[in-house]
Amino acid sequence: MSDTAKTLVQIVLALAVAVAAAIGLPQVLELFALINATVFVSMALLALSLALVWGFGGILCFGQTAFFGLGGYAYAIAAINFGDTTGAVPLALAVPTAFAAALGYLMFYGRISDVYMGVITLTMTLILFKFANSTAGDQWIIGTAPLGGFNGIPSTPPFNMPFAPDQPLDPGQVFVVAIAALVSCYVIAKLLLRTRFGRVAVAIRENELRAELLGYDVRLHKLLLFSVGGLFAGLAGVLFANCVFVSPTMFSLFYAGQVIIWVLVGGLGTLVGPVIGCILVQWLTTIAGSLPHVDANLFLGLVLMVAVVLIPRGLLPTARSMLARLTGRAP
Amino acid sequence: MDYALIVALQIASGIATLVIISLGLAVVFGMMRVINLAHGEFLMLGGYSAILSYQAGINLWIAILLIAPAAVGAIGLIVERLLIRRLYGRMIDTMLATWGLSLALIGGVNMAVGNTVSGFPAPLGSFAIGAFRVASYDLFLIAAAAVLALLIWLVLRFTTAGLIARGTMQNSEMAAALGVSPDRVYAVTFAIGAALSGLAGGLLAPISGVVPTMGTAYIAKAFITVITGGAAMLTGTLAASGLLGAVLTIGTFLTTPVLGEVALLAVAVILLRLLPRGITGRFFRRAL
Repeated sequence: MSDTAKTLVQIVLALAVAVAAAIGLPQVLELFALINATVFVSMALLALSLALVWGFGGILCFGQTAFFGLGGYAYAIAAINFGDTTGAVPLALAVPTAFAAALGYLMFYGRISDVYMGVITLTMTLILFKFANSTAGDQWIIGTAPLGGFNGIPSTPPFNMPFAPDQPLDPGQVFVVAIAALVSCYVIAKLLLRTRFGRVAVAIRENELRAELLGYDVRLHKLLLFSVGGLFAGLAGVLFANCVFVSPTMFSLFYAGQVIIWVLVGGLGTLVGPVIGCILVQWLTTIAGSLPHVDANLFLGLVLMVAVVLIPRGLLPTARSMLARLTGRAP
Repeated sequence: MDYALIVALQIASGIATLVIISLGLAVVFGMMRVINLAHGEFLMLGGYSAILSYQAGINLWIAILLIAPAAVGAIGLIVERLLIRRLYGRMIDTMLATWGLSLALIGGVNMAVGNTVSGFPAPLGSFAIGAFRVASYDLFLIAAAAVLALLIWLVLRFTTAGLIARGTMQNSEMAAALGVSPDRVYAVTFAIGAALSGLAGGLLAPISGVVPTMGTAYIAKAFITVITGGAAMLTGTLAASGLLGAVLTIGTFLTTPVLGEVALLAVAVILLRLLPRGITGRFFRRAL
C-alpha cells in the first residue's frame, strides 16, 4: 500500500470511529459519565498536540500545558466579557498560538538545545501556574471577569449556538463538538505531515544539521510546527474549560507531567498512540484515585518510570512490531 | 543608610538561597550530564529528614547539617543503582525517569505524612540594624553558601578524588583504561549531588517550612540558574545565582514575589537568547 493510500485509510478510520463515538456514546452514557468523556477528549487533544510537536518535530516541550491553560483562560475571560462564545473561541485560539510563536522565536532563533528547551517550557508553565494562583482579589479583574486566584473562574460559560448567546449547548452537544475538534485536528495534523512542510519537519527531527546543510530553514519550520502545537493545545484548553472550568491547575506540574506520560506510553512518533495512551492512563488514574490510601501522583510516577525503563518506544510501536513479527512481515 | 544595608543583605541572602538550592543539581548535571528532575524532591526529603529527626529530639544543627545530607545521599545511591544507571547517555530518558521519580516521591510522602506544612522555628534569633530587625539565620545561610561553594572548589581542584571525578567526566573510557571504575565514580558523584540537595532542604526547612510539594517551588529556579550558568559548573552557578538572585530580590522588592520570579525567568530566557551556551559559554571559559 502506498503512503498516500495508507494516510487515506487512517483518516477514514479515524472519521468512522469519531462518528460512531459521537452518535453512540451519548446514547449509552449517563450525564456525569458523558461530561467525563468530554474531559477525556479534551485531554486526548492535548496529547495529540504534544504528539505532533515532540513526536514529529522533535521539539521537547515539557510545558504544553502553558498553551492549554492560556486557551482556557482566554476563552473564559473573553466569553464572560462578550456574553457570547462565538467571538471568544477564535480569540482563545489566537492567544496561545501567539504565545507559542513568541516563546518559539526566543528558543529556536536562540538555537537553544532540546534539553534546555524542555526546562524552559516547563518553567514557563510553572510560572504561569504561580501567577494564576496569585491573581486573587479585586485588582485582578479583566473587563468583567475576575481571575479568582487559586479558585479560578468557576462561572466559565459553556458554548452557545453561534451568534445566539441565549441558546447554550447541552453536554451531549458539547461532547459532539469536542469529538469533532479532536478528529479535525487529527486530520489536519495527518495532512500537514504529508505536505512538503511536514516532511521537512520530520527531516529536521531525524537530523537537524543535515537538514540545515541541505538549505532548509530549521528555525522557521520548528517555529511554525510549535505554533500549530500551541493552537491545538489551546483548543484543548477551550474544550476543557467547557466541561470543567478554568483554574490554575490547568498549568500545574501534575498535568504537564501527565501529557508527557500519555505521549510516552502511547508511543512517540505516532499520532494515534498518544490519544490511546491518554485515554488508557486517564482511565487507570480514575481507578487508582478511587482506591483508598493511594496517591494518584505515586501511581503516575511509577507508570512513567516503568514505561521509560521497560517499553521505551511506547505501546503502539511495540504492538505494531509484535504484530508484524506474528504475521511474519518485516515491520 | 540602614535601609540600603537591609536591601543589600536581602539581595545577598536571595543569591545565597539560589546557590544553595542549585549546587546539588549543578554537580549532577554539570559533571554527569544527567538532568535530575527529582532534585526538588531530594530537597523535600532533606527537609523532612531534618524535621523528623529534630522532632525525635536530636540537636537541631546535627539534624540540618549531618542527618539531612546523609539520608538523602543514601537515597541518591539507591536511586542511581536502580534507575539512573540503566539510562546513562540517554539524556531525555533520564529526564523522564527522574520526573516519574519526582511524582512518585511527592505521592509517596503525601501518603506517609499528609499534605500539611510542618516546620521548626528558625534558630539564632535576630539582631537590629537601625530600626530594622534581621534574622541571624539569613547571615548563616549566606555563610553556608560561601563555605559550600569553596568546599566543592577545593575538592575538585586539589584532591585526588576531585581529579579522578573530573577525568572520568571528560573521558570515561580513558579513565577506565587507567584503572578507575567509572561506575563507582558516577555512583559517588550522584550520591554527593543528592547529599548537597538534602543539605539544601535541611538548611531551608526553618525558613520555608516543609510540604510534600515543596520541590516544585524550587526546581524551576534551580534549573534556570544551572542552565544560565553554562558549562563551567561551579563558576557558572555562582555567576548565574549572583545575577538572577539580584533580579529576583529587586523584582520582589519593587512588585510582588510572583512578579519577581517572572522577572527572573524573563531575564534568564533573554540571556539564553544572547548566550545560548550560558554565561560560562562566553566568559570564564577555563574556570571549574
